[in-house]
Amino acid sequence: MKPVNFDYERPRTIDEACELLASNSNARILAGGQSLIPMLSMRLSRPSLLIDIAHIKDLSEIVATDTHIEIGAMVRQAVAKNAKMIQEYIPLLSKALHHVGHPPTRARGTIGGSIAHADPSAEIALVAVTLGAEITYRVGDDDHMFDATEFFIGPMLTVAPPDGCLVKVGFPKTSKICGTGFYEVAPRRSDYALASAAAQINFDSKGAAKTIRVGVGSIGDFPERLDVDHLLNTDLNDESIIATVKTAITEIETVDDLHASAEYRKRVAAHLAVKALQTARDEVREAPAK
Amino acid sequence: MIQVSIEVNGKTVTAEVEPRLTLLDFIRDVAGLKGTHAGCEHGVCGACTVLVEGNAIRSCLVLAVQADEQEVISIEGVGGDLGRSGELSIVQDAFCEAHGLQCGYCTPGMVLVAEALLADTPNPTEGDIREAISGNICRCTGYVQIVEAVMLAADRLANRNYKSKPGQPSDQTLG
Repeated sequence: MKPVNFDYERPRTIDEACELLASNSNARILAGGQSLIPMLSMRLSRPSLLIDIAHIKDLSEIVATDTHIEIGAMVRQAVAKNAKMIQEYIPLLSKALHHVGHPPTRARGTIGGSIAHADPSAEIALVAVTLGAEITYRVGDDDHMFDATEFFIGPMLTVAPPDGCLVKVGFPKTSKICGTGFYEVAPRRSDYALASAAAQINFDSKGAAKTIRVGVGSIGDFPERLDVDHLLNTDLNDESIIATVKTAITEIETVDDLHASAEYRKRVAAHLAVKALQTARDEVREAPAK
Repeated sequence: MIQVSIEVNGKTVTAEVEPRLTLLDFIRDVAGLKGTHAGCEHGVCGACTVLVEGNAIRSCLVLAVQADEQEVISIEGVGGDLGRSGELSIVQDAFCEAHGLQCGYCTPGMVLVAEALLADTPNPTEGDIREAISGNICRCTGYVQIVEAVMLAADRLANRNYKSKPGQPSDQTLG
C-alpha cells in the first residue's frame, strides 16, 4: 500500500497550475486527496507529477452571483456543510453533505474533487446533476463551462479536458419557496451507497410548483435525472408521484455488482426518489388530500 | 526529495522526504511515534486518525508534503501538556474506565475522533458520537463500550473545573 514515486508541485496561482498541467501529460491535480490518495496507494493511479492546488487562495472561496452559488475547487466538504450561504441557497447540497463520507474525510475532501473524480455513488455529483450545476475548468487561459447533466459519462469518467483544472462549481440558487429531499441506502454509515436519490421542488409565490428536479445515483455508471415534468400538471399527490417515478425510472440503466443486483438498486432508487419528492413537497405544504 | 517541517505534538520535525510518503509513515518512521496505527493504509479503517490543525483526519490519506508547516497531534500528544505530563487525557481515562477497548488497535483513532468531537460539541448525543466514530472500524466490535466511554468523557468534561484542549496544559482554571 505505498504509491509509486512522483514529483510534487505546489503552485500559488491557477495560471501556474495550468502551466504545470500542460508541461506533463501524466500530471494529476491533488485537491483534498480523499479519493486520489487511496488510488495512488493501491497503484490504480500512477501519475508522474502531482499538482497540489491547496495553496491557491482564490480556489477556497464561496461566491454568490445573482443566479448561482459558486464553490471554489478547494472548498472542503466540512466547510461547505457549515456554510450559511449554502444552507440558505443550496439546501439540497447541505442535506447531501451529511451523507458524504464521515467527519475525517469531509475535513479534507473537497466539493470540486468529488465532482472531478466522478464516482457513480458520489452524493455531490448527484446533487450537481439534479440541480444542473455549472462546472468550470481552466485550460491554459480559457474557461470552459460544462453542464453537470452532460458532464458524467461513465464510472470515474467525465468530459473534462485532460489538461484542464477544475476551478469552480456553480449551483443554481433555489427560489424563495423551495423544498428538498435527499435519501440513500448504504450497507453501513459512510460506506458507498447502493442507491441514492435527490429532489428539489421550486414553488412560485402562489405555492404552485414551478420546477421539479429529481436525480438518482449509485445505481448506474453515473448519476442521472428522472423526467418528472408530468408532475407539474398534478397537485403532487402520492399516487401521481409514485406513478411518475415508476415510469421515469424505467429509462435508467442500472448495473449489477457484488453488493446488489441491478433490479434491487432500481427498486430501492425508485422508493428513495418517491420519498425525496414527498419530503420536498411536505417541507412547503401539507400533502394534499386524496 | 522535498524538505518538510511538521509540528508533531508541539515539536517541529524537519526532514527531506519523498513526495509519496504519507503523513502516517512520517509520524511513525520519521518522527518515530508508533502510537498512530497503520491499518488498511487506504482510508477505510480509521486506525491512523490524527489531528491536523485541530481536525481529525486520516494520516494515510494525507501526504507528508501536504501537512508541511502544519500542526499535528497524535495519540502521544493528547495527554496533559502535549503528553509530556505523563497523565492521560479525560477521554483516554474514560476509555480505560468504560472498557472502551479490547485489542486496542483502533483505540488511538477512536480517542482522536472523540477528542475532535468533544472540542466542538461539548454535549453530544449518542447519535453525534456514532456519527463521529462512523469512519473508524473496531474489529473486536466493541462499539457499545466505545460510545459509553465517549459519553462518560463528555460528562466529565462538562463537569470539570478547568478548561483545556487536547494536548494543552490543564491548569487553566475556569473563571
